[in-house]
Amino acid sequence: MGALEAVILTIITAATPLLLAAIGELVVERSGVLNLGVEGMMVVGAVCGFAAAYGSGSALLGILAASVAGVAMAFIFAFLTQTLVTNQVASGLALTLLGLGLSGLIGEAFTGLPGVKLTPFDIPFLTDIPFIGPILFGQDILVYLSILLIPAVAFVMARTRLGLIIRAVGDNHSSAHALGYPVVKVRYGCILFGGLCAGLAGGYLSLAYTPQWIENMTAGRGWIALALVVFSTWMAGRLLIGAYLFGTVWIMGLYIQGLGVGIPAQFLSSLPYVVTIAALVVISRNRSLTKINTPACIGQTFVPDR
Amino acid sequence: MRLVLERRAEQSYWMRYLSPVLAVVLTVFAGAIIFSAQGLAAGPALYIYFIDPLTTLWSLEELVVKAAPLVMIGVGLAVCFRANVWNIGAEGQLTAGALLGAALPILLPSFQSWPVMVLMIMLGAVGGALLGAIPAFLKTRFGANEILTSLMLVYVAQLLLDWLVRGPWRDPKGFNFPKSAAFEGWQLLPTLGDGRVHFGAALAIIAVAVLAVVLGRTLKGFEIRVMGAAPRAGEFAGFSPPRMVWFCFLLSGALAGVAGICEVAGPSGHLQPHISPGYGFTAIIVAFLGRLNPFGVLVAGVMLAISYLGGEAAQVDLGVSDKTAQVFQGILLFFILACDTLILYRPRWVSVAATGKE
Repeated sequence: MGALEAVILTIITAATPLLLAAIGELVVERSGVLNLGVEGMMVVGAVCGFAAAYGSGSALLGILAASVAGVAMAFIFAFLTQTLVTNQVASGLALTLLGLGLSGLIGEAFTGLPGVKLTPFDIPFLTDIPFIGPILFGQDILVYLSILLIPAVAFVMARTRLGLIIRAVGDNHSSAHALGYPVVKVRYGCILFGGLCAGLAGGYLSLAYTPQWIENMTAGRGWIALALVVFSTWMAGRLLIGAYLFGTVWIMGLYIQGLGVGIPAQFLSSLPYVVTIAALVVISRNRSLTKINTPACIGQTFVPDR
Repeated sequence: MRLVLERRAEQSYWMRYLSPVLAVVLTVFAGAIIFSAQGLAAGPALYIYFIDPLTTLWSLEELVVKAAPLVMIGVGLAVCFRANVWNIGAEGQLTAGALLGAALPILLPSFQSWPVMVLMIMLGAVGGALLGAIPAFLKTRFGANEILTSLMLVYVAQLLLDWLVRGPWRDPKGFNFPKSAAFEGWQLLPTLGDGRVHFGAALAIIAVAVLAVVLGRTLKGFEIRVMGAAPRAGEFAGFSPPRMVWFCFLLSGALAGVAGICEVAGPSGHLQPHISPGYGFTAIIVAFLGRLNPFGVLVAGVMLAISYLGGEAAQVDLGVSDKTAQVFQGILLFFILACDTLILYRPRWVSVAATGKE
């Protein structure tokens, strides 16, 4: 395996959880809801995925458990913000705080245990092609899913009736309600989809990225995914570029560290966070760009007047 | 049957004060379920968790030690959240305050007279405010989301601390442990009683009193409340949103920074990689449980301090994980938010036939 090939493979593994979490949040935000609980849903997905895979020996069951856990966490958020019309920012923070605590509690029994690794595809002949074989055909199911979700979401949002309704609900919930669209139900659906994706992103971390459970193993990736959605200006295609860019930054730190350059490890570890801030600034200063695509009703509560 | 929220004609006066009480009661119930699920008798477990910490002088002192930073940070965040400015990076500002404050005793260990203490606290405030100034600047200058930038800086500040205590600031006589040299004499906060309750508690109470007056009795307080409740009206009144963002971040950052240096110069007495068990994040819950009101924050800070202490007690006496405290805190915030719905709305179960739909 050549050095470049190894680098590309690790970039893919670093980008996939970001991409999965961000594509879910993109749909949520398009429907006018800001769920700051991505980190919490992700970390609970990670621990539940690990636990299920460890117990059953099957990584696929782990993935299933991770997604169910993500959806369950998202349901709490949906019930609070949609049914009980609570403040979305505070509820999202609560979801993250609860998720970090809950995952620590569940995961205590699993710390240090060997995990079940999600096996990558191995297609005879195709995977054996030098260089492009392992990169294109030797990935695991979640990597392919994360990439396929991008055109799928982009298509649904731009070209289908469902996408139109989601965008209508996100841009003007009062008008959408007046037209007879079930605003609350649409938002429930989007929030649960976001939870599913965040759960999968967590599952990817504990089943494929590093097949073990480490407390707080999401390390702010949920927050970076949130920043990625802003960075993509709510366009699915740009998310792909953003996630791989950030994946590269994440990996770059590790490689520079490996080279033994005299830069303290902590500085390199803080790179993804600093780059996130820089990216937010770059994208936010272009006000017209963000203004066109920002869902107009984001973060606002809505109570249907029957 | 489905749940329908009916808007009240006006805010329920009673619910404003009843809702946090209700939330605490519900959290205790949830606690009973969690303990039962772990195979413990719920009654005695809850007693050990929530009541036992209040029964000995030792634990009461410990309560004050833990409540002090929570109140100090929480009261700053209450002002932020009132004004609709979302600073969630208080944990990072706490770290920055601890760093800058601790720089003095670490770099000038022989400087031993009373100004050291004063300067350390002031540097702590400056450090926290400086880190808080970054999201404020990025928000007002570029429109960058302050939630995300302030949170990202938590990681940056913690990694900077980690580097300092493992690298340049490591105690040369510390057997390679990642910690700074121990503070001595005037570099430590004055204490009360048997030496654990420190001056930080007094500072927290002063912060509560000052901010209660500012919020309730001054033009600035009015501005904060208007900018939160009706930003457009505030702009017409001539209040500036960017200046409000700056004010909130500098204030809450400085308070978090003071809490940070007080942790370092108080209970721990040296700098180490982990200086806070997540006070900056728990203070978010404190602010909400305290109704975003300074005196409320004082009460809420004590309650959340009980959850930390109870967590430690339950770990020792019951063998449950210390993570339980964090779970309780998260559940509590959910219940507060859910119960707050009752202030504005009256929930009713409506039969499906009556709504005429589905």
